[in-house]
Amino acid sequence: MSVLVLVEPGEELSLQAISLARDLGGPLHALSVGEAVTGLGAYGVETLHVAEHDGLSAYAPAAWAACLEQLIDQVAPDAVVAAGTNRGNEVLGHLAARRELPFAANCIAVGSDGTVTRVRWGGSLLEEARIDSDLKLLTVAPHMVEATTLNGGEATVERLEAALDDADLTVRVVEHAETPTAGVSLAEAKVVVSGGRGVGSADGFGMLEELAGLLNAAVGCSRVVTMAGWRPHTDQVGQTGTKVAPDLYIACGISGATQHIAGCKGAKKILAINSDAEAPILASADYAVIGDLAEIVPAITAELRKARS
Amino acid sequence: MRILVCVKRVPLTGGKMVLTADEQALETRHLGFTISPHEECGVEEAVRLVEQHGGEVTVLTLGPAEAEEQIRDSLANGGDRGVHLVTDGQEWDPQGTAAVIVETVEAEEAAGGGFDLIVFGNESADAGNYQVGIRVAYALSRPIATNLKGLSLYEGGVRCEQEVPGGRDIYELPLPAVVSVLEGINLPRYPSVPAKLRARSKPVETRSPERPAPKLEKLRLVVPPGQGKQAEILGNGPEAAPRVVEVMREIGVAG
Repeated sequence: MSVLVLVEPGEELSLQAISLARDLGGPLHALSVGEAVTGLGAYGVETLHVAEHDGLSAYAPAAWAACLEQLIDQVAPDAVVAAGTNRGNEVLGHLAARRELPFAANCIAVGSDGTVTRVRWGGSLLEEARIDSDLKLLTVAPHMVEATTLNGGEATVERLEAALDDADLTVRVVEHAETPTAGVSLAEAKVVVSGGRGVGSADGFGMLEELAGLLNAAVGCSRVVTMAGWRPHTDQVGQTGTKVAPDLYIACGISGATQHIAGCKGAKKILAINSDAEAPILASADYAVIGDLAEIVPAITAELRKARS
Repeated sequence: MRILVCVKRVPLTGGKMVLTADEQALETRHLGFTISPHEECGVEEAVRLVEQHGGEVTVLTLGPAEAEEQIRDSLANGGDRGVHLVTDGQEWDPQGTAAVIVETVEAEEAAGGGFDLIVFGNESADAGNYQVGIRVAYALSRPIATNLKGLSLYEGGVRCEQEVPGGRDIYELPLPAVVSVLEGINLPRYPSVPAKLRARSKPVETRSPERPAPKLEKLRLVVPPGQGKQAEILGNGPEAAPRVVEVMREIGVAG
């Protein structure tokens, strides 16, 4: 039994993937493309294979999958594992298509009998499934498995001279455009002030902006709000938006649909401000204030200002 | 240009996940249904491309008889015709789904000419397998880009944009191609009443493919622990503000 893990440079989620891969048993091989990743030995990786080729200077999903295929032939693993990142899911999808193998995306546990537990609905539901093949392909759901170290030494580094076809490089990043960012980013904010249908209008977000300004917070919103065109999609917290993990998430007028909870359940604490004491959000929140948010939000802003002066 | 968009019917889950007694599905008796969000944006994107460049949008779904609702909704939003692969309600695994889509594409192309673009949602809202579009692309030997938040055509190709930390990554795919898009690539329109009426008379072809044995086999569904927390009520109305600020101080975010 051996396992091959795809590692993305600088990606914390790859370390979580390695930690789950260890549950499959056997020596751990890792692949990184274009550049070596240091410190993997501590996570139990015995051999790091670094793929090199002129065509790998820019990300190309099929080429990454081709490198994994080459290593599969070389080390004959029983499983190939990657992080459930955009690229991890994409590359394993390519590998699955090339080898015509089943692939289980976003797993949180693996059994020795070939069963996995994977997430559905962005984490609101779990599925126990069986992968019907000898070589198992899976990715690991983000932030569901802890990255843990062992007392391992340094991993042996081996160079993999990638053998790529032109077809492997048809789809590759040809350009990267920088977008200037203003303010606190939603994904990294310590506090998020978020609004839902209960905010009532695009203008209603003014009071949320004001509170957010005082708390150095980012402003988020629910899917209802982006579909109504009140806020841009980049502000959406949820299964189809941004997943946030602040110290405090303030949910104003958000009912708490599973689609939304999938995006904010990473918050350490959730405060719900809602007119309905029976709203589903209260079953996911730590604190709640019941009433009209148009009165409550400005009152909190005023109280914060008073406390500071 | 000819575009095929693949959509999936999924329940509107509301606030709580409730399973059927056999743990094989969500209890949907009291739920409405919708098009999986990424795919709803896929339909809108296809319709906009055809409005700009001319052509036809075909909408394809694999699902129970009731999924005609999602095809009609897509036709009300600008799709021209539908193809409904009717199932008995059982779920198909990603390999089976991809295989039947490939079969359908080949039949459609033999009858009506090639599709320049096949559009998928990046992952379905319910199963979230992240792979059907990629499998279809490989089986048809066409390039694919995924996680897309922007599409535009140039002579002979499609320019694809991905949001990545700090900016956007750009890909250029020669046509015919396959793309998987994300919600946020556009804001889908609401259909007008006349558009809904017109959609009723647009052609929808049905076929009943046989479900192959799954290679990724669902054993059972489980509602994760952690639901059913009970929030501490800090107060009612604006009078609760001092207590809220106190809690913010305890958490260390009051500034």
